[in-house]
Order: sequence, then structure tokens, then C-alpha cells
Amino acid sequence: MNWKPNNISKFTNDANVRGVFSQVVLIAALVFSFFWLTDNTLTNLSNQGKSLGFAFLSATAGFQISQTFGTWLFDYEVGTSTYLDVYFIGIANTLLVAVLGIVAATVIGFTLGIMRLSNNIVFRAFATTYIELLRNIPILLQLFFWYFAVLRALPGKRDKLEIIPDMIGVNITGLYLPAPVPQESFVYSVIAFAIAVLLTFGVIRYAKHVQRQTGKITPVFLIGTAFLIVIPVVTFLTTNSPLDWNMPEFRDTGPMLRRGYQSGSGMILVPELIAVWLALSLYTAAFIAEIVRAGILSVSKGQTEAAFALGIRPNYTLRLVVIPQAMRVIIPPLTSQYLNITKNSSLAVAIAYPELVSVFAGTALNQVGKEIEMIFMMMMVYLTFSLLTAAFMNWYNSKVKMVER
Amino acid sequence: MDNKIIAVAALVIGAGAGFFIGKGNKEVVEVEKIVEKTVEAKQTSTLDAVRAKGFVQCGVSQGLPGFSNADDSGKWTGIDVDLCRAVAAAVFGSGDKVKFSPLSAKQRFTALSSGEIDILSRNTTWTMTRDTQLGLNFAGVNYYDGQGMMVPKSLGVKSAVELDGANICTNTGTTTELNITDYFRSNNMKFNLVAFEKADEVVAAYDSGRCDVYTTDRSGLAAQRTKLTKPDDHMVLPEIISKEPLGPVVRQGDDQWFNVVRWTLRALINAEEMGVTKANAASKASSSTDPALLRLLGKEGKFGEELGLSNDWALNAIKAVGNYSESYEANVGPNTPLKLDRGVNALWSNGGILYAAPIR
Repeated sequence: MNWKPNNISKFTNDANVRGVFSQVVLIAALVFSFFWLTDNTLTNLSNQGKSLGFAFLSATAGFQISQTFGTWLFDYEVGTSTYLDVYFIGIANTLLVAVLGIVAATVIGFTLGIMRLSNNIVFRAFATTYIELLRNIPILLQLFFWYFAVLRALPGKRDKLEIIPDMIGVNITGLYLPAPVPQESFVYSVIAFAIAVLLTFGVIRYAKHVQRQTGKITPVFLIGTAFLIVIPVVTFLTTNSPLDWNMPEFRDTGPMLRRGYQSGSGMILVPELIAVWLALSLYTAAFIAEIVRAGILSVSKGQTEAAFALGIRPNYTLRLVVIPQAMRVIIPPLTSQYLNITKNSSLAVAIAYPELVSVFAGTALNQVGKEIEMIFMMMMVYLTFSLLTAAFMNWYNSKVKMVER
Repeated sequence: MDNKIIAVAALVIGAGAGFFIGKGNKEVVEVEKIVEKTVEAKQTSTLDAVRAKGFVQCGVSQGLPGFSNADDSGKWTGIDVDLCRAVAAAVFGSGDKVKFSPLSAKQRFTALSSGEIDILSRNTTWTMTRDTQLGLNFAGVNYYDGQGMMVPKSLGVKSAVELDGANICTNTGTTTELNITDYFRSNNMKFNLVAFEKADEVVAAYDSGRCDVYTTDRSGLAAQRTKLTKPDDHMVLPEIISKEPLGPVVRQGDDQWFNVVRWTLRALINAEEMGVTKANAASKASSSTDPALLRLLGKEGKFGEELGLSNDWALNAIKAVGNYSESYEANVGPNTPLKLDRGVNALWSNGGILYAAPIR
């Protein structure tokens, strides 16, 4: 039989052709669905008499926001500030609690992780109990617990608990600290500090160079500390101490409503912020502790034994042998925990901390009703912050990862 | 070369197919809409539908003492609940032929417009937006509420104008934040607002002393006060800083049912004005000579039939829940935990603004 493949079947059976065809169909379908969804959204919005647009951002916001870092930073004033200001206040408050949470969770987490591997049974038992308890209770419940525990533990509004008399005190309305009021010439002290930091970096580099060349160890820590303290302090004193302190003012006479810490005096950390900070950092610390433990255990015991055999003392072994290797395992999951803190900070809406979700997606959204635009703006904030965190951590990871030769 | 041709061809085919699927889909949706409208047109009479199923389905809150609240045995009480029972009694002669659907604030309007419930009686504020844009009608006002402020008595404050510099707790997602800000701004006073997501946390924070003031609707304040550790240590200030008329809602476009609900509420208010109570309604119907009273109780005229009900509709409603005053005193009045004075909710003849059109 004279069998001859015809051109069409040759064509349709070609794996290459089939592959391209199916991919193009998929892409076309995706593009179409996207346009269809957009078109539908716009049609539905216009049916409801709504339109897309960001003009609302320049309208004045007619509501009060709990006074915190954000309102202080952007000088919020009801009646003159706009919805854009509200947006920025939300972002500032979210970032504040995220950064505070990341720092605290890292410190607590590393401590607990190392404690859990300790030979001391008390340390080990404490760390184990802490980790198992905190990471198995939902974060929202912990948030409520800390908030109401903090509120119940603190003295009432007309009372105070002084940590340093007339300077630092606390009651149910918050933690009051002296507020720094820099004068114009304070800028010289800031410049002096910057110079001291640069000098210290120079010393560190020089010390490394010297150590490589000669094996001599320069007391970097002492020199650096001296630079960092002496240079700014001398500048500060020679420019006539250009920094005033606004002390918190407490009154216990006069009308009942007026008693207590006076608003506008000192610096205040509201209890909502303290509760969110506590809850986020204590909760995430439990996860970080486990990551740290996993990282340390991933370094083979032979490494430690080899270091001991060379006569390196235990704390140097940990610092110079174990931790640098453990970091390679720790960094990637640690990044996810940092991202979790940022995202979990949105739960603070439940306890009246005025972060982004609370003031922008809550109060502001309720007034202007621009759901799509506002939720989009909010997603962009979380996305940007998460991507920046991830980018920084990736950079750090590339620095500590194994150098392959 | 071949690959490129294929790619272009596939793209055209794919896009074309997608387009037609999409278009077909739109047509289907449109047809469905028309079908829905037809079905709606066929079932315009809520009254007939209610009669056919044998009970009134009433949308209430998920638990607001005094307005609509279920007790341990599942029995619903409250002035919003009483209104539903009165409507059921007007239709069926018995106030028990009613079923309750507890609804959240978000669900309530959808539940009504989708036909899941027949009346929404859930402390709902009558506003122009809701009346004109949601396809709903407010059948009247059964409680004139307004935003108020609660303070601890120990603060020694007698009026809201003394509250300059206060810490104020409230919850987000309502107009309360805007109202309180407006009030303080118009009085040139400063304050700090601590806004929670839910009412329970506001109560807990206020109770622990985080705030000097708790602001929300006055009826809400009265209800939430019962949850405080020492309710008697707190007082509601006299100022009312917003208008919140609460009332029953029905679907737009069914005038018969709208009238049934509207006039049942008016019958209860008129009954109070004429001194007709749960206890004396039956005897007054047979012994009274007052023509206005006889019209209300169905002994004169055919007012019930005009509504599509029996002539003793109002008599049944009053026998089921009592007049407006009886319902008020039993659920929210001074002798209940809410301790709300009649205030503006008194009859017009007693200095309030409660005024029902006459039955004649």
C-alpha cells in the first residue's frame, strides 16, 4: 500500500504546533475574561450610579482619628485634612506597628530559639511552653487578651503609675514620655552623629584589613562606641544643648474630666498600640524561635565538635561557626514571618488601633463609598511593603548564603 | 512561519469563541432578569403570599434588648417584635403566627428585597437614601432615636458641652463618628476618638475606663449599659446630636401590604391615644359609644376590608400586643433594664411627637 501522510494530519500531529495553539487559546481566554470582568464591573457600577475615580482623595475628611504617631506626623486637623491625609496616617500607623513588631519579634524569637536548645532544663522548659502555647492560639484572641489585660492592669485615667517621677508615667490612656523639641542648631548634633557612624564603619574596615594582614585584633567595639558617644555629645554641648524636653503634665485638681495627663503634653503611646505590638511580636516570636531552632539544628554537630577540638570557646563557636551557617536556613522562612507581621497588623482594627484598614477601609470607606478604589489602594500598600521587605531579605540572604567556588 | 500563522488563527478563533460565550452569557443574564421581574409581577401581593403560607416572616436584629431579643427559651420580645406580632394578629387574628429571622445590619435590606422576609422590623433608621435608592418603603416610625452620650456619674458632667478634651469610644462603620465630630467642632471643643470595629469591644473598653464617654444611638446606650459591671454608675447625657427615626420597612411596589403594616402601627398609637388597652379592648368594642373608638375596633365602617383584612384587624392587633404605650413600657420603659423615658416618643398630646393619622 502506498501510504503517504497527508499534510493536514502531519500538521495537527506536530507537537510544536499543538503546544503553541493551546497556549495561545489559553492566553486569549485569559485576556478576554479580564476584559469581560472589567466591563461587567464598570457596567454594574454605572447602573448603581457610581463611577471610578480618585477625586474623593482631595475631599476633606469630617471625622476625628485617634491621636497617634500618624496624626502627629501628618498634623491631622478635622475640617482641613483630606482623605489622602487619612490614607497616609493609616499607612504611617501600620508601618509603625509593623516595624516595632519585626524588631521585637526578632529579638524575642532568637532568644527563645537558642533557649530551647539550651542544656539548662529551666530555659528549655520555659521556651518550649511559651512556643507551644503562643503559636497555637489564634492571633485575634491574643490581641483581645493583651488589650483587655493591658487596660485592666493599668491605673485609671485620673491616676498614674510613675516609672520615672515627672518624666515617664503610665495610665489607662497610654504611656507618657517626654517629647523631644529640637531647636534649630540641633541639626549640628545630627550631622556629628552621622560623621561618627561613617568613622566607625571606616574603623571596622580598617580593623578587618589589619587583621588579615597581621592577625592583630583591633578593639573595634571600644573605638566605635567612643566615636558614637563622644563626637555627638561634644557637638551637642558646644552648641548650647539645643534640645528641649516637653514633659508630660499631670493634674489631679480641678474638674474631674480635666484631671489626669493633659493632652498635648509629652509624647504618648496609646494602649491600643502597646497591645497590638505585644500581641504581634509575642505571637510571631514563637514561630521565629522554631525557625531559629531549625536553623541551628541544621548545622551538623561535627562543626561544633571540630570547633571545640580547635579550642574555640562555646560562645565563639556559636557566633563564628554555628550562626553564620544557620542563617542560610533561617533567612528565607524568617522573611515570611516578617511579611506575616505586616499583614496581621490589619487585625488591629478590632481593638481601635487606627491603622490602615481601620481608618481607611473602615471609617473613610463608609463615608465615601469608593470600595474598589480604596481597597485597591490598600492592597497596593501591603503589596509594596511586603515586596520591599522581601527584596531586602533576599539581598541579605544573598550575602549570607554559601559561597560556591 | 507555519507556527505564526497557526498562532494568529488560534488567537482569532479563541477571541471569537470567548466573545460569543460572553455575549451569550449576557443574554442569559438579561433573560433571567426579565423572568425575575415577571415572577415578581405575578407575586405582587405579599398579603396573599403571607396568607398562603400561614405566617408572617419578620426580620429582626440578632439581639438588641428592648427592641428585638430572644430569651433563653427562644421567645422573642421587644417593641420591634411586638410590631410584627401586631401585623400577624391583624392578618390572622393571632399574634403567634409569625416567624423571626435574626439579621445582621448588612443582611437586612437584601433579605427584604429578595423576599426572604415580609417585614423588616429591626431598629432601622429611616433615611432618604434608604427610602429612595433601595427599592424599599418605610411604613412609619415606631421609635424616635438619636445619637447620645453616656458618661460615668463620677465625672460630674451634666451636659455634653462640658466634655471638652474628653476621650470618646464608639464603633466604626456607622455615621456615629461623623455626628460626634460635627458636634464637637460646632461647639469648638477638642476630643480624642477611639473607634472599635464592634460594639462588644466598645463596651469592654468603656467599662475598663479607657474612655470618658461612650457614644452611639440612645436606645443602644440604654441597652449596652445593662452589660456594664455597674450600670447604675453611668448616665446618659440629655443632648441628642442626630436624628434616627427607627421604623418597619417593606418592599416598594406593594401598596396593599405597605398599608397593612403602616396602619397596624397607627392603630397601636391611636389605641394609646384613645385609652384602649390589651385588657379593655374587647369590652370597649362592645360597650363604647365613641364613634372614633368603634371605627378603630371595627364596629363601625369597613376599614379592615379596605385593607384586605377582616374588620376586627386592629382589635386583634391590640389584643395581641397591647397599645403602643403598653409595648413601650414592657420592653424599653423606665421599669425595664433599659430605663428609657418616653421623651419625644410620647404622644403629641403629652408633649412628644408621636402622632398617628386618624382612622376614619
